[in-house]
Amino acid sequence: MQSIADESESWDLVIERRSSLFDLKLSEVWLYRDLLLMFVKRDFVSFYKQTILGPLWFFIQPLFTTIIFTFVFGNLAGLSTDGLPQPLFYLAGITAWNYFADCITKTSTVFKDNANIFGKVYFPRLIMPLSIVTSNLVRFGVQMLLFLAVMAYFAAIGAEFRITSAILLFPVLILMMAFLGLGLGLIITAMTTKYRDLSFLVTFGVQLLMYMTTVIYPLSAAPVQYRQLIGLNPMTGIIEAFRYAFLGKGEFSAWSLGYSAAVTLAILILGLAFFNKTERNFVDTV
Amino acid sequence: MTLAIKVENLSKAYQIGQIGTGTISRDFERWWVTRVRGKEDPFLKLGETNETKVKGGSNVIWSLKDINFEIEQGDAVGIIGRNGAGKSTLLKLLSRVTSPTSGTIKIKGRVASLLEVGTGFHPELTGRENIYLNGSILGMRKKEIDRKLDEIVDFSGVERFIDTPVKRYSSGMSVRLAFAVAAHLESEILIVDEVLAVGDAEFQKKCLGKMNDVSSKEGRTILFVSHNMSAIRNLCGKGVLIVNGAIRHYGDIEETISRYLTSNSENSLNFPLELGDIVIEKVEYKHAGLNHQLSFDCIALKQASMEYYLKLSVKTAYDEIVFENSQIVETSIPHVGSTIIYESDLAFLQNADYKVYLTVFEHGGRWLLRDAFLLGLTKYIPRNGSVDHFGLVSPMGSWSTQIHRTYSTTQ
Repeated sequence: MQSIADESESWDLVIERRSSLFDLKLSEVWLYRDLLLMFVKRDFVSFYKQTILGPLWFFIQPLFTTIIFTFVFGNLAGLSTDGLPQPLFYLAGITAWNYFADCITKTSTVFKDNANIFGKVYFPRLIMPLSIVTSNLVRFGVQMLLFLAVMAYFAAIGAEFRITSAILLFPVLILMMAFLGLGLGLIITAMTTKYRDLSFLVTFGVQLLMYMTTVIYPLSAAPVQYRQLIGLNPMTGIIEAFRYAFLGKGEFSAWSLGYSAAVTLAILILGLAFFNKTERNFVDTV
Repeated sequence: MTLAIKVENLSKAYQIGQIGTGTISRDFERWWVTRVRGKEDPFLKLGETNETKVKGGSNVIWSLKDINFEIEQGDAVGIIGRNGAGKSTLLKLLSRVTSPTSGTIKIKGRVASLLEVGTGFHPELTGRENIYLNGSILGMRKKEIDRKLDEIVDFSGVERFIDTPVKRYSSGMSVRLAFAVAAHLESEILIVDEVLAVGDAEFQKKCLGKMNDVSSKEGRTILFVSHNMSAIRNLCGKGVLIVNGAIRHYGDIEETISRYLTSNSENSLNFPLELGDIVIEKVEYKHAGLNHQLSFDCIALKQASMEYYLKLSVKTAYDEIVFENSQIVETSIPHVGSTIIYESDLAFLQNADYKVYLTVFEHGGRWLLRDAFLLGLTKYIPRNGSVDHFGLVSPMGSWSTQIHRTYSTTQ
């Protein structure tokens, strides 16, 4: 027996109680990249199976929201849109906000929704939230096409807006929204395996948060005493930058974007640590 | 020979009772005691065993306790034990679904675990799409699946429906498809939990055949959990017997199975068993030459007011009756305390698992099915020897009495 033990000291896998909180097993995640793509494909295909309008549903939601917002906030309430055409202003906010909101709400139920799969098969758990963020990215891409089409229409009828060089930051903005949504979602899903209360908070919390963000009004139109408060919301900097990049209006500054980036990073790290800790034993508690 | 799996001092504790309400304060207390003050976790009391019937002092149960074993490459190992003994926990730990409370598992090679067939199947996707999805979940790369797609489809036998959504499949078809994917995994170690309990007999045979190929021809390591002793005997060369979260025996499969069967009749038969007015003192298997007899010693408790009938029926695992027999217990005999010996010859049984029902009827103008009880019976023939042998097992983990009470027909 001794000789057997000696010759096989090189193990491929050692399972122990504790691994480091920040051991994300990224190499393993990379090994399972095909699985990530399969999940994305599954989400995309199953979304419009057995619907008549199919992928058109990706457009309908932002389009109708924009129409309602234009009617309620633009016409009835008469909120300022910084001199931009109202539909364009709202659509920009909605498109960006939807991506962030979808990332949060979908990742926040990742343990609950996949308890069955997680209880039966091992794969790096991080694949699941990453696939959610990626499938939402596909959706976001499709909705960006709608936004660009509406932009083209307003350019054609001579509306006043301009694309600025900040558009080069677009990929960074996407990453920030993705990571912020992912981070918050991970924190929530990790906590909801034990304390279900949080899951009730998510959907309406996200909705309330939208009003704390500059989706339906520009930061410049907010009362001065509240601007600081609204600016504390990391999404504000991102949405303002997004609008500035595509439409040329918005309080775009390196400081506010830097602040958003720092908060995003902190939340992401916290979320990953929480998720990692929960992931190892959640099957026993869920 | 080199080792494929080495398990050292492995333990897993579960909290029983209510989890999830009012635990914030307890979680905080636990964190405070263990992390900040560096003391032992008060919620993990040591020294309690996993015994489902005995109520322990704490609400923590050790599903596995200090398990040590080694598995060599190419071995097919059957894991047996009663329900709740810790078999599934062991498989979950080995397949990394949950992590151990203490101890380590060292593994050499890729592990594929089949704790369920068809994990992650999406009803809206087609069979082909689900092959890719399920394969990826089980750890296959896309290229690998591309290469094996034809083979998988062929094995499953659902070519005609491969581009139809799985929700239109019969349950048998989706199981076939799922097993076909799993059977083509290229891992060095395969962990299988009773997934063969699904599908028809023919398909089960096909699965067992495939798993046999995997272990004997391809030299891969298999861990197999099942209550089906004949399947385990066909497939495995070695066995692990788990009793109350500890390893009772590890070695040759025949030895392990017979220990399991004897441990069962010792532990779970709570004789005397009361069935109406009759008490079963003991159940005995007698073997003499070519005759196999199962006998029940019964004692009448009360003065009988009517005739008693005892019926023995033997059913297969699928509840098909293979044998039925009834015997009148004469009215004159059961004065209080007298013994009835009821015997039945079982030589005709095939090498398989059976269920045995013993029913007590009483006769008083009408037939009334008074009580029935269920025994598990396994007949198997050791590979090396020629001696037939019966073992009595309880498939439910405990003996159940009084299953039917309300069945009655007029004569």
